Amino acid sequence: MSDLAQVSPRAFRWARRRASAAGFWRSLRRDKLALTSLVVLVLFVVLAVVAPWVSNRADFNVINTGDNPVWAKPSGQYLLGTDNYGRSVALQVLWGARVSLFVGVAATVLTIVLGTLVGISAGFFGGWIDAVLMRITDWFLVIPFLPFAIVLASVLGRSLWNIVFVIGITSWPSTARLVRSQVLSLRERLYVDRARALGGGRAHIIGRHILPNVTPLVLASTTLAVPISILTETTLAFLGLGDPTDVSWGGILDQARTAAAVTTNRWWYYLPPGVAIIMVVLAFTIFGRALEAILDPRLRDR
Amino acid sequence: MSVLELQDLHVTYRSEGGPVPAVRGVSLSLERGDTVGLAGESGCGKSTIAAAVLRLLPKGTEVSGKVLLDGEDVYAMKPGRLRAVRWTSAAIVFQGALHSLNPVRRVGNQIEEAILLHTAVSPRAARTRTGELLVKVGLPADRAQRYPHQLSGGQRQRVLIALALACDPKVLIADEPTTALDVMVQAQVLALLEELQREQGLSLLFITHDLSVLTTTCERLAVMYAGRIVEQGPGREVFAQPHHPYTRALAAAFPTIGDPASRMNPAGLAGDPPDPSALPSGCPFHVRCAVATAECSSLDVGLRVAAPGRSAACVHVEAAHV
Repeated sequence: MSDLAQVSPRAFRWARRRASAAGFWRSLRRDKLALTSLVVLVLFVVLAVVAPWVSNRADFNVINTGDNPVWAKPSGQYLLGTDNYGRSVALQVLWGARVSLFVGVAATVLTIVLGTLVGISAGFFGGWIDAVLMRITDWFLVIPFLPFAIVLASVLGRSLWNIVFVIGITSWPSTARLVRSQVLSLRERLYVDRARALGGGRAHIIGRHILPNVTPLVLASTTLAVPISILTETTLAFLGLGDPTDVSWGGILDQARTAAAVTTNRWWYYLPPGVAIIMVVLAFTIFGRALEAILDPRLRDR
Repeated sequence: MSVLELQDLHVTYRSEGGPVPAVRGVSLSLERGDTVGLAGESGCGKSTIAAAVLRLLPKGTEVSGKVLLDGEDVYAMKPGRLRAVRWTSAAIVFQGALHSLNPVRRVGNQIEEAILLHTAVSPRAARTRTGELLVKVGLPADRAQRYPHQLSGGQRQRVLIALALACDPKVLIADEPTTALDVMVQAQVLALLEELQREQGLSLLFITHDLSVLTTTCERLAVMYAGRIVEQGPGREVFAQPHHPYTRALAAAFPTIGDPASRMNPAGLAGDPPDPSALPSGCPFHVRCAVATAECSSLDVGLRVAAPGRSAACVHVEAAHV
């Protein structure tokens, strides 16, 4: 203890954080698949973030592409060719990443926060709180997703935030159920009794004992929710429910279909957004799995 | 004044099959620096008493009688006062060391938790104190950084003892602290508890089914059967000269080392402990009692004075010691 007493508490805390970050990185480096996924994710995020600096959004507005060649094959000038309006596919995919990633993450945050909140309250407090919350959850769970999403999108209007809202409002119930079932078992554990015997209140027990124990579950749920949200956004955009002024991967696919790119074998129009979707979704899933294994001390190899 | 006093405590659990009276009128007092042992078979209400002291029983459980901690009725306390009293007045060493520690938090943090909940100290002071506590229970201070699964059973039990001492409680309730430990570790843990008790003047309520543990550690002993105390008195005397047939059977169940007779004729007690939701009439022990008389099936005997400082709940007591 003597050597600890000489450092300030802040320095000690930071030393501990640094040590745990280093341990995290060590575990991650051993998992090649997870590392690859991380690289892919970082790549897409960086591309999405720097898009406004390296390119101009107006470059692929139809009014500005009248002079471009139509259906140009991939070349040095047009990295992924052009579409039926002469718009660069590469630029569209690049800008589409912004929308897809944003919707994926925003909708997931909404889903997870709502689901965890409802799940923990229902599981921990039980009784009539549980009954009421679970009936609401059931109600949302049985609503057929696509018709509901179409109705909501048409009622609320076609905008990015509405897509986020639609995905969030329809996908939180499964998280809530998952978290609740875990909390039901956690609250009966002896260490929760111990925490009560220590004089800990409800907030303390939830914050210190329940939440850390559901975190791996929530995290796994999160990493599965991100790709699902991205796919859902793609679906809605493909069905023409996305913001028409925005370009997203699903929207590109929709336009490729309308322009008959598949039947005329213009692969450079439909393949890049499809591959991008698959890569991001797969990377999120694999990285999420690895993250779960690293963050749960019980799954960590000893 | 007693640090802990139970006055005619009744605890009735509610279950789907109707009420289950687990504790039926237990009175017990614990003086400063005292060690009282509570012995009995599984299901006789020992652990229920431990939980009742800090009001940790499940919601809906009926409790009557009084639990006085330092003269203050635990069941009359407001929630805030109750939380303040928990752990500072009385702390529990739980049974099942693995399950009483949160698997995803470092053991040091879990000891600090108790300190930070009750005292306004800096996290750093709490960490220092945690180190001291671990050293006190015979563990290196750096074990605070470990997760529960990285410690052995004995080490975990020591962590729980350190945790129980975190807020300098007056009363320590040890609920089967040595169950599931091997004999050597068991001896170490017992020696540690005794030493800590002597050093800090703790009052210890020792709950176990292991009688050998009780006779060596406890000045006073209470034997429970079917939710009641059936015999109490000084630790060694109770087992050397039992007055209640149940205690006699328990004492006889222990082989005497070096005595071939006890080894060749293991004495046990036939039958099972009674189902608390369907107790036999009269004296609950009469169905298994070797010396039961006709009136035992209808007459429920309370504790009777058997000798100075001794009492037992049996019809034979009066006859033998008037």
